[in-house]
Amino acid sequence: MRVVFKTSYDPDIDLHDHAWKRWGIALLLAVMAALPFLVGDYYLAEATNTLIWALAGMGLMVLVGHTGQVSLGHAAFLAIGAYTDAALMNIGWPFLLSFPVAGLVAGVFGAIIAVPAVRMSGIYLAIATLAVFVIVEEMVILLAPITGGIGGIFAPTIEIAGIGFDRYAALDNFYWLCLVVVALVTWGYANLMRSPTGRSFLAVRDSEVSARALGINVTRTRALAFGLSSGVTGLAGALMGHYIGFFNYELFSIFISINLLLVVTIGGLGFIPGAFLGAILITGVPQLISILRDSANATLGIDLGGIPGLDTMVFSLILIGFIIYEPTGLYGRWLKLRVWWELFPLARRDMFRRQKTYLKTERMR
Amino acid sequence: MVREARGLVRAKNCMEIFQLLIGGLANGCIYGLVALGFVLIYKASEGVNFAQGDMMMLGAFVALGLGNSDQLGLPFGIAVIVAMVLMFGIGWGIERVVVRRIFGQPQFALVILTIALGFVLRFAAGSIWGYSPLVLETPFAGMNFRVGGVVIGMADILAIVVTLILTLGLWAFFAFTRIGLAAQAASQNQMAAYIVGVPVMRINALIWGLSGTVATVAGVLYAAKGAIDPNIGLLGIKAFAAAVIGGLGSLPGALLGGLLIGVVEPIAARYAPGELAQMSPYIIMLIVLVTRPGGLFAQIQAKKV
Repeated sequence: MRVVFKTSYDPDIDLHDHAWKRWGIALLLAVMAALPFLVGDYYLAEATNTLIWALAGMGLMVLVGHTGQVSLGHAAFLAIGAYTDAALMNIGWPFLLSFPVAGLVAGVFGAIIAVPAVRMSGIYLAIATLAVFVIVEEMVILLAPITGGIGGIFAPTIEIAGIGFDRYAALDNFYWLCLVVVALVTWGYANLMRSPTGRSFLAVRDSEVSARALGINVTRTRALAFGLSSGVTGLAGALMGHYIGFFNYELFSIFISINLLLVVTIGGLGFIPGAFLGAILITGVPQLISILRDSANATLGIDLGGIPGLDTMVFSLILIGFIIYEPTGLYGRWLKLRVWWELFPLARRDMFRRQKTYLKTERMR
Repeated sequence: MVREARGLVRAKNCMEIFQLLIGGLANGCIYGLVALGFVLIYKASEGVNFAQGDMMMLGAFVALGLGNSDQLGLPFGIAVIVAMVLMFGIGWGIERVVVRRIFGQPQFALVILTIALGFVLRFAAGSIWGYSPLVLETPFAGMNFRVGGVVIGMADILAIVVTLILTLGLWAFFAFTRIGLAAQAASQNQMAAYIVGVPVMRINALIWGLSGTVATVAGVLYAAKGAIDPNIGLLGIKAFAAAVIGGLGSLPGALLGGLLIGVVEPIAARYAPGELAQMSPYIIMLIVLVTRPGGLFAQIQAKKV
């Protein structure tokens, strides 16, 4: 077991609690950067997809994991990001400009939505975001001149300083672009969480009443979290648009919102690495299912491809399993394993007992 | 002459609006019934069951599987009653097997859990009955009344009447019976209710079963008006908007919200672009949420420490 002996307050707010962690992350980044030389195009495309999902997952994680607000409509912000980026590039803006603007538009939209939405709490907020999602989806169809309506829209090829970042022609470059964006956002996110703003998010999540008593402007904090969250999700949406290449409103269905929720819940609510673990799961499981399906077809002669909706079903079962047996998600399980290993043989079962809360209503009638 | 023609046009418009109103009311009653299922569970455990729309779908399919002549072929009335009993069992079973395990966890755990459950139910119905639309055989299919130029379907009348009776019955259940009062106590303070002897768990299971039954009624009424396929559960989102407009936790509120949505929708579809009609329930909901965050029949006061 590693003991970190703190002699001042600085180590408490350090990004990494000891140097080994820093080296671990550097190594991970190096491996990720070298990935185009290690694997083929198929797996590289999957890795790009995973990175984009992780980015979107981080966007939702700020909101659900760190501020404690559930959103069922985050696909709306993905859509806003994707359409803004594609539309701006179609009128000739360079990617370096249109990409941040796409994030900004999604973020500002999210913050505007948040101002009335943060007056609600819990379930009501979740439903309001669902309504916003449906409205955005219909708006996409209504704004056909910009969004291409039902027909869809092409995301133009990215070109920065003469270098092409096309998803098909130059997949390596596109992968590196995604990696840089994800690394920057992760770094900013990790730093945000140790700043006063990030700490106020946590305070609002843990107890709104005590946060208010400590002088935190709860409404402003929640609106800020909402804006940040939708902004990052918008960035992910812009990248997703380029990754898919040609999309219409159907790409951003309600299932995407739910998959995003799945990413953060299964990954581990309130942990940044959780967004990555969840993204790996959500992009990996369909591949795994198709591989299993092919092998079942080849060896046993069972055609599972004939059953529609099997993927969604498997996802749902995984989700139910996690909610019941491991609500802290994959990262929570990893933390438990690590503690068990570090304390061996002194770890006890009850160290990880979940605390139960008993309902006391806010309804007074 | 001109005045006469104008009068005729006005009468025709009037008739059209009346026709839209009747259809809207019947639709609204179905939304209201699904919303009642939400409210039931919310009233008893302050949880929200996002699978309510899919329970409605499953209820309709169970009734169809029992009643249609090419399936089990039971008489319509018996099929519906058996379906209601079966769905009571399924609702009760869902509570016993899954929902009870996350007792004491944060509220949104139940939200995510029931969304996933909805997908499981949809998959189950899809693999048993297929994904192509099916029609439930009813003895009153095609029966219409004509009242001065307005055509009223028997299914519409039945939907309105049954909904009114059910809402009144459920309201009385919560207001007057021992179990109903116990359920309200359980939702207000689980621990205290447990201490004074309310079997909180058993009551939750009962309420889940009851909401399964209500969902079946809604499903059968919905199926009587047209074809059904496993994706009609998405109607649950609209019903959800209805429940929120009325204020979650208020039975008459849910019905009122459902009626409001049901009436506004066809009228918006007639006089505004189609997308706006699709959006209208959610726009109404957002307006209500912004102006009265607890819904029209709000039951939430400021949070106390």
